[in-house]
Amino acid sequence: MENTPISLTTIVTFLPIAGLIVVLFINREREDIIRWVTLGTAVITFLASLGMVAAFDASNPGLQLETYYNWIPGFNISYHVAVDGLSMLLVLLTTFIMPLAVLASFDPIKERVKLYYCMLLLIETAMLGVFVTQDLFLFYIFWEFTLVPMYFLIGIWGSENRVYAAIKFFLYTMAGSILMLLAILWLGVNGDTFNLPTLLEKLASGALVFPEGVEVLLFIGFFAAFAVKVPLWPFHSWLPDAHYEAPTAGSVILAGVLLKLGTYGFVRFNLPLFPQASIDLAPVVAALAVIGILYGAWVSYAQKDVKKLVAYSSVSHLGFVMLGIFALNAQGVQGGIMQMVNHGLSTGGLFLLVGMLYERRHTKLMADFGGIWKVMPLFGALSLIIVLSSMGLPGLNGFVGEFTILLGSMGSNFLAVGFTVFAAVGVILAAVYMLYMFGKVYMGPVIHPENERLPGLDWKEVAVLVPLIIMIFWIGLYPTPFFGMMDSSVDALVTPYTAPGGSVTAAPELAPAPVAAGEAASVGLAPGY
Amino acid sequence: MELPTLQDLNLAVTLPSMGLALWACVVLAVGLFLPERRRHWNLVLSLGGIVALFLYNLTLFDLPADRQSAFLGMYRADNFTAFVNLIALVTAFFGVLMAYEYLKRTHIDRGEYYPLLLISTSGAMLMGASGDLAVLFVALELLSIPLYIMSGLRRPNAASEESALKYFLLGAFSSAFLVYGVALVYGAAGSTDLSEIFHRVNAGLILDQGLLLAGAGLMLVGLGFKVAAVPFHMWTPDVYQGAPTAVTGYMSVGAKLGGFAGLLRVFIVALPAVSGAGDATGWQDTIALIAALTMILGNVVAIAQRDVKRMLGYSSIAHAGYILMGAAAAGSPDVRDFAVSASLFYLLAYAFTNLGAFAVTVAIEKDDATNPQLDDFNGLSKTRPVLALAMALFMLSLTGIPPTAGVVGKFFLFQAAVNAGMVWLALIGVITSVVSAFYYLRIVVNMYLREGPGEAQAQRSFLGVAVGLAAVGTFVLGVAPVLFLDLAQRAVLVALGG
Repeated sequence: MENTPISLTTIVTFLPIAGLIVVLFINREREDIIRWVTLGTAVITFLASLGMVAAFDASNPGLQLETYYNWIPGFNISYHVAVDGLSMLLVLLTTFIMPLAVLASFDPIKERVKLYYCMLLLIETAMLGVFVTQDLFLFYIFWEFTLVPMYFLIGIWGSENRVYAAIKFFLYTMAGSILMLLAILWLGVNGDTFNLPTLLEKLASGALVFPEGVEVLLFIGFFAAFAVKVPLWPFHSWLPDAHYEAPTAGSVILAGVLLKLGTYGFVRFNLPLFPQASIDLAPVVAALAVIGILYGAWVSYAQKDVKKLVAYSSVSHLGFVMLGIFALNAQGVQGGIMQMVNHGLSTGGLFLLVGMLYERRHTKLMADFGGIWKVMPLFGALSLIIVLSSMGLPGLNGFVGEFTILLGSMGSNFLAVGFTVFAAVGVILAAVYMLYMFGKVYMGPVIHPENERLPGLDWKEVAVLVPLIIMIFWIGLYPTPFFGMMDSSVDALVTPYTAPGGSVTAAPELAPAPVAAGEAASVGLAPGY
Repeated sequence: MELPTLQDLNLAVTLPSMGLALWACVVLAVGLFLPERRRHWNLVLSLGGIVALFLYNLTLFDLPADRQSAFLGMYRADNFTAFVNLIALVTAFFGVLMAYEYLKRTHIDRGEYYPLLLISTSGAMLMGASGDLAVLFVALELLSIPLYIMSGLRRPNAASEESALKYFLLGAFSSAFLVYGVALVYGAAGSTDLSEIFHRVNAGLILDQGLLLAGAGLMLVGLGFKVAAVPFHMWTPDVYQGAPTAVTGYMSVGAKLGGFAGLLRVFIVALPAVSGAGDATGWQDTIALIAALTMILGNVVAIAQRDVKRMLGYSSIAHAGYILMGAAAAGSPDVRDFAVSASLFYLLAYAFTNLGAFAVTVAIEKDDATNPQLDDFNGLSKTRPVLALAMALFMLSLTGIPPTAGVVGKFFLFQAAVNAGMVWLALIGVITSVVSAFYYLRIVVNMYLREGPGEAQAQRSFLGVAVGLAAVGTFVLGVAPVLFLDLAQRAVLVALGG
């Protein structure tokens, strides 16, 4: 491929680094300037990403706003970034969440301020890089690099057990990603390129064929990295620790964006690269997802600490995303991507709420609260909306995602009805633990005298919550533009799983002639899977 | 027999190693007459020579075929040699830079340090350039003997003396293995010329296959000792711990570089035709096994270390394992060129990273020269943020986390192994990388996440330059590896004639 000029995608990805360089030159005593420069960078990045949306053609399923640069020529490694319908929304989610995370850090973070904001900017570039990269080597670089700033965010600014949580986070996720590294190497060596589109072309044309049994191993290699990151049950044990110990903004980024790197990875790599293995293993992954939904909900209910409850609820919500993706049809995948965004908004919001409570009371135990609504009515009302959104109340964003996912899994060719039934039970359980928490913390009389004089929300806290609430209503009431953005790309993605005569059903040499395609589909697809 | 002319000797291309050895004599002679307050001339002269030869060496890439050989084929001046020279001169540069203030403040400022270091470097370069087993042996001694002396520089400190004696005895032992191996190979093949050996093995003109295998095995033992491969690594932790830190830093890269340069040169040029399974050479499985053991043992035992130098010692064993993985991959003919360039690139990445890590360790060592412990890093990020940042970068690079030289280097080595069909070896490589994160991160944890006095010993300017350059090198190789990959890729090891 020819080198292309720098596109908006590259600019958005590296804008935070530009901000970081500015921050580096500011004296570390000038903390306010550092805060505002970081916030400004995050906002500019968000505006630039809106520019991407404006330039984005939703009807085109392919890659857009590409930058291609022959990075390491002799080794078939390129700097190749682009967006399509699968990644556009997630880029937006990232740039949307970051300014909120920055603003939410203004008051709580008093120590080593400069280092802190440098880490926030680093992680923004790393996450954006993961979403836009189209080269496997580059992907691995960004993917691994997300560990570093998050490790510091948890380890330096976390609560008591932070060092343990930070190391656990690092080792767990690194252990997952190394198997992916092997799979990437296998693909790069045998496909003679690390460029994802080229690899897909070679697979489609039969220039690269997986030997017997290898496809499943490669699937598992990628699966290991992504499943830990999501986290899919039973690979989740790092998450509650990391969430619980992380500072508020760390939790927001972790829940809001970082976990989506895993679910996104499945959509970007596993589904298109390994269609046969995806079909074979779909019931297994879906089973883990459903167990995660139920397990996460059950464990959430047992928590005494608000932050732990929210952390475990992530396991449950991400289970829905995984179920949608491995329904392997358009509705499932669209619902999955939508739910990634929704979870980012609502769970990110929940962590912000917990952070605000903690700032006032320096405790996160439910038993220490009660009757907060009476003391802080505005806070109570905003909280209720976010809690309801997380529960999946119709009219709010959570419902849109979960409902589409359930539709998708119900209509899936590869999943039995039981998956949908159990997942639906999870929706009810979510209502149980969320309302239980809401009741204990916000409702009833004020039982602790310390809670009687809590200060109301200040302008920063309102400014953080209001954009979230706007998005929650927007997606809940009028999701069409968001689905429209991914429609064509998702359709193209699931074609091999749904369309007649897709490459999955037959080996290349047996591929039916175009005329016979319809028949081949009815013979090859329907009953077997 | 016709006497060779000066032109046949082709002296100009041997200048990097020969010139450095000569320059060492100049530095030594000048050093004798330097009064105490003019000691800095040692530094200036050494660095000047290194930099000049470094620039000269850049002109030695891609020489025409008739200029690639000197001393009638005893010295090979191909791209491999030029790249090894490049790494060796970088190593020597850092070795000088980080020692200058350190030697002074720990009261072992002996003028011999500089010429010894230069001679040892010249030996490392010669190992990579050897076209003949006899040269290889001489080069090995040239590399090793100065290191024995440098380890014992802190005489009469018991640890330093123990280090020197241990290194000397075991080193002599391993040299004996090597030279006996050379003798056996000569007995089997009837020549010590690497290309000649290759052609005879290839044509089946071997006196005794068993003799050849035994000779190759013994040479592997001798070189394995130099690079600290398991099970020939026993000396490493003790020697690393006892030697003055600046010496350890230099040794951890210089000796390994020499060992690997020799190992690749001998096994790939002379012995690729030793029969093995399929089209791979006979020694591939052996080296792969050693690589696996080395990675596992080095990484696992490093976890238990509290002494920074000991930990870095075991870490250097582990990294020898990674490079051996590249050497093993080079046993497959299709992958050979790729694996050689991957190994060379990794050696360069390792040089910057490890020298940087040692430079920081030198910086935190106290003036009484007690060995730095992991706890000495506590809180360093508050007292010396830039130093801590650099150390964090080195630790990430050693672990293999982007954006550093280490991750790119490891990626290519693993790719070489996968390419050679040794997925199992790559699997061990990636798993042990995760294990290594455990002990490398411990330093990062101590610097950033723990409180403590964590002080570096005053502001030392030359050391600061060393740390800075190493950090820049580590970072640049990580984001723009092309700069050196291109050179590494041109290094092709192949027998002459045909």
